[in-house]
Parts: sequence; structure tokens; C-alpha cells
Amino acid sequence: MERSALFQRQLQLTPNGQLRHFLDVEGLPKTLLTQILDTAESFSSVANQNVKKVPILRGKTIINLFFEASTRTRTTFELAAKRLSADVLNMNISTSATKKGESLLDTLHNLEAMHCDMFVVRHAMSGAAHFFAQHVAPHISVLNAGDGQHAHPTQAMLDAFTIRQVKGSFDGLTIAIVGDIYHSRVARSQIHAFKTLGAKEVRVVGPRTLIPQHIASLGVTAFHQLEPGIADADVVIMLRLQKERMSSALLPSEEEYFRLYGLTMDKLKAAKPNVTVMHPGPINRGVEMDSEVADGAHSVILQQVTNGIAVRMAVMSLAMQSGQSPELKG
Amino acid sequence: MADTPNVDSLINTLGQQLSTYLSAQNITNPLMIGIHTGGAWVAEKLHNQLQLSQPLGTLNISFYRDDFTSIGLHPQVKPSELPASVENQDIILVDDVLHTGRTIRAALNEVFDYGRPQSVTLAVLIERDHRELPICAQVVGQRLTLNPGENIKLTQQNNQLRLVTLKRA
Repeated sequence: MERSALFQRQLQLTPNGQLRHFLDVEGLPKTLLTQILDTAESFSSVANQNVKKVPILRGKTIINLFFEASTRTRTTFELAAKRLSADVLNMNISTSATKKGESLLDTLHNLEAMHCDMFVVRHAMSGAAHFFAQHVAPHISVLNAGDGQHAHPTQAMLDAFTIRQVKGSFDGLTIAIVGDIYHSRVARSQIHAFKTLGAKEVRVVGPRTLIPQHIASLGVTAFHQLEPGIADADVVIMLRLQKERMSSALLPSEEEYFRLYGLTMDKLKAAKPNVTVMHPGPINRGVEMDSEVADGAHSVILQQVTNGIAVRMAVMSLAMQSGQSPELKG
Repeated sequence: MADTPNVDSLINTLGQQLSTYLSAQNITNPLMIGIHTGGAWVAEKLHNQLQLSQPLGTLNISFYRDDFTSIGLHPQVKPSELPASVENQDIILVDDVLHTGRTIRAALNEVFDYGRPQSVTLAVLIERDHRELPICAQVVGQRLTLNPGENIKLTQQNNQLRLVTLKRA
């Protein structure tokens, strides 16, 4: 195993292999990823209940620490925590003590002093969640809700869950990830997840300016034209252009990007007839894809949002469990 | 160690007793729910035998257990599937073994999160000793007294249900 993968595994797992922090998909074994997906499947029925709540995290306190704006991720983490009966607190850091000069470590220790059990961290700097995980008290778990351009593991797992739900398994699947790979923490986590879960081929598709140079080292093939890139694909994932992270002129214009890489019904014909189209949101309609595709029969974009809740419930409860495998007695 | 009874004939007996019980209570259209995993196996056979018109439901009580913090989640249990609303229904809860009563406590809590049933009847294949909660079954296949440290559980191999007793070291 590579050194970075080994480091990731040691930081995230307890000595007996259970999930302690969820920071990155890299380094986690297939059995653990499958356990997350299976647990999420069990949680999916909670949404059918009159009382959409199960009691397992009653009495636990979870703090959502969002140093960067988010709607979908923060609300689905909050909803997931509430459906597990945990108490959840949303900290809007831009209006808090860090503005008054408090360091990240001091903020962390102050929150610890409030007897919380889990931090869900989103930060614009890569490695922020890892920093938290290395400094928290032993009973606290840290979940990465997106750090810089590095990783967004719960998004990758909810995408994996959605793919398994639609396709049954990863065996033989060709998955194309299209768009701004360079700035995308989602793409990095997806590549690790899909490869670990056994996809046949993972491709990245986009202009040369938006694909990292050494991407092949992750075991993926790069394409610079849309139609060859999605040819015969089972799943096509469109990523958002991250204009807020682009510091130089990487693209001539959005119109030209759409003309070359935007997904239309016509271009989608290059993929398999039963292709599944995904997007982690938020969508720029007319930039990454046509509305006809986004709202069409191949799209599972809203299913991804629903699944986000069950997957985050699974990760939260797995990170909070301790001890060994239970023996039911009744 | 107790003799392990023949499961198929035991389920048959349980079905007959359940049928008698339901007519005595004037319950005509019950909703049967089996508790994963053993209870769901028994419920499937009972549901056939009694030819109930409402589809069978199953319950995964993992998320309602009282020992999550000490032993964690039970791996790979299927999600709960309740076919209809439980509101005002006469429910038959089916489990393989009634032991401490904690599983049934968890199952009742879960059922009530789906709605308010009219009544709940508990039917179990085996009722053994050592209850830890004030819970009892209305319909029982067989009552057993086991030695301390002994457990009984239902297993499935090649579509055959078997009861096995386990002695804890």
C-alpha cells in the first residue's frame, strides 16, 4: 500500500478496523465501503416512517462546522443527525470567534469543552478535516464534509450508493466523470470509491486546463473530447465548473465550454442506451448540461440528494459505534 | 441440553393456535410483521399457512436496540418493509425466540414510529425463561427452560429451518 493510503487508513480506523473518522475514501478497504452502503440501505426505510427518526444517537451532540458555504451538504448532514435523534448545532464560522482572531485549534478546544461527540467539518483549505482529526479528544469523531480541492468522501459514497441502487453492482461498469476535474474534491473521492468498489473503468473527461497532469496515477484514463470520453459509458457524472476556485483564465467562455463539453440529449447517444446521468449539484443549466438532460429520464440527480441523507446517517452511526460485532439475543 | 424440536411442525402448531386466538379476539384482517432475521422466516411460513390477505411486513430493529453504545450496529440486516400504514391495524408481531424481551421492546417502539395500531399480538416460536422486561407473548409454539449460559436460535440452511442450542463458554 502507498504511504499516503496507509496514513489515511491509520488515521481513520480504530485498531480493530472500525470507522473512527471519515476523512477520505483513499486507503479504506472495500469491506468498509460496502458496510457503509449496506448500512445506508437499512436507513433508507426511515424516510417512510410517520416519525422519521430512529433513537440510536440519542444524547449525542454533533456540531456542523462550516467554514465554507454549502446548502445541500449542510442540510443533509443536519437532517441525517436529526433522524438519528442526535442534537445538532450549526456553527456559522464566518460570523464567529475566528473573525475575532481565535485560532482553529482554540476554536476546536472550546467546542470540545462543550462535551460534543462529533464534528462535521467543511473548509476551503485541503487537509482541514485531517488537522481536526489529529487534534481532537479520543472520544470525538470527525467527518469531512469537503476540504479544499482534496476530498468529499460522503458525496462520493452517496454517488456510489446511487449507482449501486440503479445498476445493482459495480461489476463491469464504465463510469465517466466529466468537467472540472482539477478543482474537484468530489472527483478525487469518486475515483477512489469507484475503483475500490470494483468498477471496470473510470474515465475523466475535460479540457486540458481542467484535468490534473498526473491523473493517470489514480488509475483513470483521461479524455479531452466529450463524445469519445462517454462512449459506451454506463454512468456519466457531470461536475460543476468551480468558477470561485479558478484564479486564472482556464476557459475562454461558458458558452464555448457548453458547446464542447456540455451534455445534451444528442451527445448522450454516444453512451449506453440505459446510461445513468448524475451531478453532485448545484447545476449550472446551460453550462454543464442542458435542462432536457438534467430533468430527463436518464437523470438521477434528485435521487442523489435523497440518498445523501441515508448515507450520512450510515457514516455518522458507524463512526459513533464502539466495541465489537453484536450477537442478537432476544 | 434441551431437545431441539422439529421446526416445521412447531410452526404448524403455532399457526393453528394463532388462528384460534385471532377468531377469539374477532381479528379478521391482521397485518403480520416478522422481525429480522429469524422472525421473518417464521412469519413467512405463518403468513402462507393462515392465507392472510394483507402482504407480509418485516422489521429491522437494529436502530432501536438499547445496546448500540456497547455493541454497535448489527451488520447487513435488510431494511424494514411495512406494506401498508399501521394506523388502526391489528398487528401480529412474529419472532423466533422470546428471551429477554428487549427485541420486542425495540420492535414496539419502531412500529409506533410508523403510526398508531389498533392492537399488537405477539406470536413466538419459542418462549424461553429469563425475561428482563415485563413483556409476554399471546401465542407460543413451545415453552423451554434452558440452563444458565445456554441459548437457542433459529438458523436457515438449504431452505431448511433448524433450531440450535448454543452453550456459551
